[in-house]
Amino acid sequence: MFSVKNLVKIYPTGQHALKGCSVDIDKAQIVSIFGPSGAGKSTFIRCINRLVEPTSGKVYLDGVEITGLKGKDLHEARRKMGMIFQEYNLIERLTVMENVLSGRLGYVGFLQAMFRRFPQDYVDEAFHLLERVGLEGYHNQRADALSGGQRQRVGIVRALIQHPKILLVDEPTSGLDPKTAMIIMQLIADLAKEKGIPAIVNIHDVALGQQYADRIIGLTEGEVVFDGPPSEVTAETLTQIYGEEDWSKTIRKVEDEEE
Amino acid sequence: MTAVQKHIWKRFSRKESLERYGIELVVLLFFLWATRSVDIYWPFIADAPHQAVDLVKRMLPPNFSFTGDIIPAMIETINIATLSTLFALILSFPIAVLNARNTTPHPTVQAIARVIVVTSRSVNELVWGLIFVVFFGPGAVAGIAALTMRSLGFMAKLVSESIEEIDHGQVEAIRATGANGAKVFLFGVLPQIMPTIMGTTIFRWDINIRQSSVIGLVGAGGIGILLTSSMNLFRWQNVSMILISIFVVVLAGEYVSASVRKKLI
Amino acid sequence: MSSSSSSTVWKRDHFIKNPFLRWTVIILVTAYVLYALNDMNLNWARMKSGLPRAVDFFHRMFPPDFSRWTMIQRGVLESLQMAIISTTISIILAVPLSLGAARNISVRWVYLLSRAFVVVARSFPPILVAIIFVKAFGFGPFPGILTLAFTALGFMGKLLGEAIENIDPGQVEAIRATGANWFKVQLYGVAPQVLPRYVGLSIYLLDINLRASTIIGIVGAGGIGGALFNAFHRYEYDTALAILIVIIAIVLVMEFISSKVRGRLQ
Repeated sequence: MFSVKNLVKIYPTGQHALKGCSVDIDKAQIVSIFGPSGAGKSTFIRCINRLVEPTSGKVYLDGVEITGLKGKDLHEARRKMGMIFQEYNLIERLTVMENVLSGRLGYVGFLQAMFRRFPQDYVDEAFHLLERVGLEGYHNQRADALSGGQRQRVGIVRALIQHPKILLVDEPTSGLDPKTAMIIMQLIADLAKEKGIPAIVNIHDVALGQQYADRIIGLTEGEVVFDGPPSEVTAETLTQIYGEEDWSKTIRKVEDEEE
Repeated sequence: MTAVQKHIWKRFSRKESLERYGIELVVLLFFLWATRSVDIYWPFIADAPHQAVDLVKRMLPPNFSFTGDIIPAMIETINIATLSTLFALILSFPIAVLNARNTTPHPTVQAIARVIVVTSRSVNELVWGLIFVVFFGPGAVAGIAALTMRSLGFMAKLVSESIEEIDHGQVEAIRATGANGAKVFLFGVLPQIMPTIMGTTIFRWDINIRQSSVIGLVGAGGIGILLTSSMNLFRWQNVSMILISIFVVVLAGEYVSASVRKKLI
Repeated sequence: MSSSSSSTVWKRDHFIKNPFLRWTVIILVTAYVLYALNDMNLNWARMKSGLPRAVDFFHRMFPPDFSRWTMIQRGVLESLQMAIISTTISIILAVPLSLGAARNISVRWVYLLSRAFVVVARSFPPILVAIIFVKAFGFGPFPGILTLAFTALGFMGKLLGEAIENIDPGQVEAIRATGANWFKVQLYGVAPQVLPRYVGLSIYLLDINLRASTIIGIVGAGGIGGALFNAFHRYEYDTALAILIVIIAIVLVMEFISSKVRGRLQ
C-alpha cells in the first residue's frame, strides 16, 4: 500500500541527506525510524509528502506515484497523508476547532475557509475526535493557551480529520515530559490501529519507539542500516545505528538534543 | 454512532459577531461616504492611465546633461539638511531639558517647552517654509529655518523622553558627592542620554535629506526650486533627471545614516 | 617615583581614541560647517530685515480669523475623505504587495519587483509624488488620493513584508501538509500570525495619511492644504492661522485615537 524506492535528497548546500532509501509498508503497522540527529529522519518523512522535494527516487501510496504529482494532484495526495509535528505546529492564534478543521481545508472553498463555514459533518467529526483524544470542551480555547500534551492531541486530531491513508509522525514527543510522551505515543498507536492505517514515526527515544512499534527502521547518514521487528533490535543494532555506546544501560530515557 | 449529537460550532459568539459586523459596517459606511462625496468626477478617472503614460513618455529619456545644473542645487540641498539638523540639535537640547519632568525648573516652564515641542511637530516643514519665506524671502535661509523648526520638536521630544527614563541611582550618586546642579547634569544625566542624542540626530538628518528636496516647492531653497522651474517650463526630461538624482541622494543618505548609526551604537 | 608621576595625570578617554583621526574629524566638521554657512550667503542685513517682517507677520496673524469657516470645513472634509479612501485602497493592495515582498513566501522575480516598488515608494517624500501626480492628472483630490496610497503602500509593503518574513515557518508547513492550496495556506498558515500587526499598521496608516492629506494641497492635490496655501498667497495670515490651528487639532486628535487603539490591540 505504501512504498518508497531509492529516495535521494541533496540539499542546495551540498548536504547529502538521503542516499537511496527504500522502504515498503504493506499492512497497517507502526514503523519507528531510529537514527541520530542529522541522519535524515526528518528529511525522509518530509520527502514523502513532498514538503521537501526529493532529488530522485519514487514514493507510491495506494498505487499513485506521489513523486510525479503537481499542483492540484499533489494537494489531493497530501490530504491522504496525515502529518504530526515535533513542535505541534498549531496555528497559535487560532482556536482548537479552527486548528482541527484546518485539516479539512483541502475540501472546502476559499470563501468557506475564510468565513469559517465548514460543513456540519466536519464539525461533528471534529467534536467526536476531540472527545476521543480527551479534549472535550476545549474547542474554543486558543491553541497558545494549551499545554504541550494538549497541543499535540490537537495536532493528532488535525491529522486524523484528513481521513489519511498513512500517518507521518515527526518526533511527536520530543518536547514533552516522559509521562505525557508515553500517553501521546499510546494515543497515536491506538488511533492508527483503530483506523487501520500505517504510521511512520521518527523518534529519538529508543525505548519508547521500541515499545509501540511493530517494526523498526534504522537510518544512519541517509541510509537504511536496519529493518526488522523490535524483538531483533539488539545492542549491536543500536551501535550500528547510533555509534558506540553502552546500550545495556539504556533504560527509558535517552535525551538528546534534536536538530 | 448511536448517540446522535448535533454540536453547533461557530467561530464567534453572537455578541462577538455583532461587534465585528458593527465595526465592518462603520468602516464600510465611512468608505462609501468618502467615495460618494469626494470631489472627483469618476468617469474622468478612466482616462488616468493614458495621462500617466503620456507624462512618462514626455519624461523619457532623462536629460543626463542637466546633471551640471543639478549638482550645485543638490549640494545646497544637502547643506540645508545638515545645517538645519545641527541648529536643531543645539536648540532642541535646552528645550528637552526644560521639557523633561525630572529636570524642568518649574511646571510653567515645562508647559511652555511642551507648547514649543507640539507646535514644532504638528506643523509640516512646508508650512514652516511658507512662513519663513515671508520673513527672509525665498532661498536657502528660509529652508534652513523651516527644517530647523520642524526638527526641533522631534528631537526635543525624543531627548526629553530619554531624560525622563534615566537611572536615578546614578544621579543620586553624583549628588551625594556634593556636586552642584550643573555638575550633576554633566556627570549624572548627560552620559546616559548621549546615545539617544546621537541616534536622534542621525535619524533626523536622514529625514531632513528627504525633506530638504521638497521645501524648494514653496521657495525655500534646494533642488525643489530647480524642480519647480523645470516643471513650469515643461522640461520634463530635466524633471525626470532631477527625480533620479533625488532618489540617489535619498538612498545614499539612508546608507550613510545607517552605517554611522551602526558604528556609534 | 618619577615614572609613576605621569600616571597621576588623568584624562578622560576621548570618544575617538586616535588623536590624529580625532583632530581630522573635528577640523573637517568645522571646515564643513563654515563652508556651508558661507555658501548659504547668510548675511546679517537680510536676517535683520526679516525681523520687522516677522513682527508684522505675527501682528497680522492674530487674532486667527475663522470667518471663512465653510471653506475650512470643506477642506477638512476633503482631507478626511482622501485619507479614508487612500487608506482603504492601500491596506487592500498591501496584502498582495507584502506577500510579494516577503522572501519566505514570494518567488524570486516577484520579490525583487515588490522590493523595488517599496524602495521607490519610500524614498520620495509625499509632496514630491503629489506634484508629479498633479502634473499628470490635474488638480484635485484624485492625485492626492493616489499620492497617499502610493506612499502608504511603500510603508506597508516594507513593515508588513518584514512581519511576514518573521513568522513561524512550522505553522505554514503544517497547513501545507494538510493538502491545502496556496491561497488557503496564506489564509490559515500566514494570516493569523500577522493579523494583529496588520490591523495596527492599518490604523497607523490612517494617522499618517490624514496628516499628509492636510499638506499635499499646497501643491494642488486636494484637501485643506490648498486653502492654507491660498491664504498665504493672499497675505491673509489670520485666516492661515485659523487653518493651521484646525490642522494641528486634527493631527493631534488622530494621533491620540491611533495610539489609543493601537495600545488596546497589544
